[in-house]
Amino acid sequence: MINRILYAIVIIFLVVSYRKDEKKTKMALKKAWKAFENILPQFLGVIILVGILLAVLNPEVIGAILGGQSGWLGVIISAAIGAVTLIPAFVAFPTAALLLESGAGIAQIAAFISSLMMVGVITIPIESKYFGRRLTMWRNISAFLFAFIVAFIMGRVIGG
Amino acid sequence: MKNTAGKNPSMRTMLKRYRFFAITIVALGILTAVNAEMGREAIDVVGFSFREMAMVIPPVFILLGLLDVWVPKETMVKYMGEGSGIKGVIIAFTLGSAAAGPLYGAFPVALVLMKKGATFSNILIFIGAWSTTKIPMFLFEMAALGSDFAVTRLLINIPGILIISFLLDKFVVTKERDNIYKLINEIED
Repeated sequence: MINRILYAIVIIFLVVSYRKDEKKTKMALKKAWKAFENILPQFLGVIILVGILLAVLNPEVIGAILGGQSGWLGVIISAAIGAVTLIPAFVAFPTAALLLESGAGIAQIAAFISSLMMVGVITIPIESKYFGRRLTMWRNISAFLFAFIVAFIMGRVIGG
Repeated sequence: MKNTAGKNPSMRTMLKRYRFFAITIVALGILTAVNAEMGREAIDVVGFSFREMAMVIPPVFILLGLLDVWVPKETMVKYMGEGSGIKGVIIAFTLGSAAAGPLYGAFPVALVLMKKGATFSNILIFIGAWSTTKIPMFLFEMAALGSDFAVTRLLINIPGILIISFLLDKFVVTKERDNIYKLINEIED
């Protein structure tokens, strides 16, 4: 659904752009291709790495850690797993819901979701290509620490 | 052997560029050899990710190209550059939240924003929003984990993203600015 909207928007823009200026539109497509080709090797590597990680760290393994542990150690482990994995949201949210039902803590789940989305250890090679190593490291470190703040507040507010 | 590598520099850069990819392929091969079932599972995930990538990447990059060609630098500076103030912050947040696709798709977009003169703090807000306050993802989170969970997280995330962006801009970007701009000029070439 979202993809369709995205495609519709792009097609409309492309048609409008092409009508206004053929040459500019071709240049835009060329630039799009160049930007993509530039990042392609890293994309390919990251995709395979994600495959390997998800096969080794399957949902049962992740669940055992998130659900079985409690307290801050559990939160730390959850945040660390979130940081090194790259699970699409439509897999992560239902999995998190399942884990909550089977007794995982709100704080652990919040830490996991938060660092999963904001921290990307395996995408560091891509990110540092654009932002440099230092900014990439600091962005990821602060996002990782932020996951604990989210966990703490969510644990207090929702976990009761 | 050394000489043949030296004779063909484009081949060499190619090898260097795809080194990481080659390593992951070898790792996948080893995993499959050690544990065929895990290997198959990994290959399934890879296939799935490729399909996802094939769906999301073309529109994002085409939008990127169009943005690059049609939006003049002055417009970007006006809306997201120095002195754009709260307006720039809101635009950065909205752009990031309206996005689709994984976080690593945000970096090439950030590159164009940088080249067009958006401030770094706005770019960091954009990245933060893209990573965690995307609207489609928020709706999905509400459906899966309940509105209490999703709304609380959103309310923590909005100030969180602003504070992180501000701190990174203040303490890291000020020192790194020249380096980063050198880096993005290299990407262009």
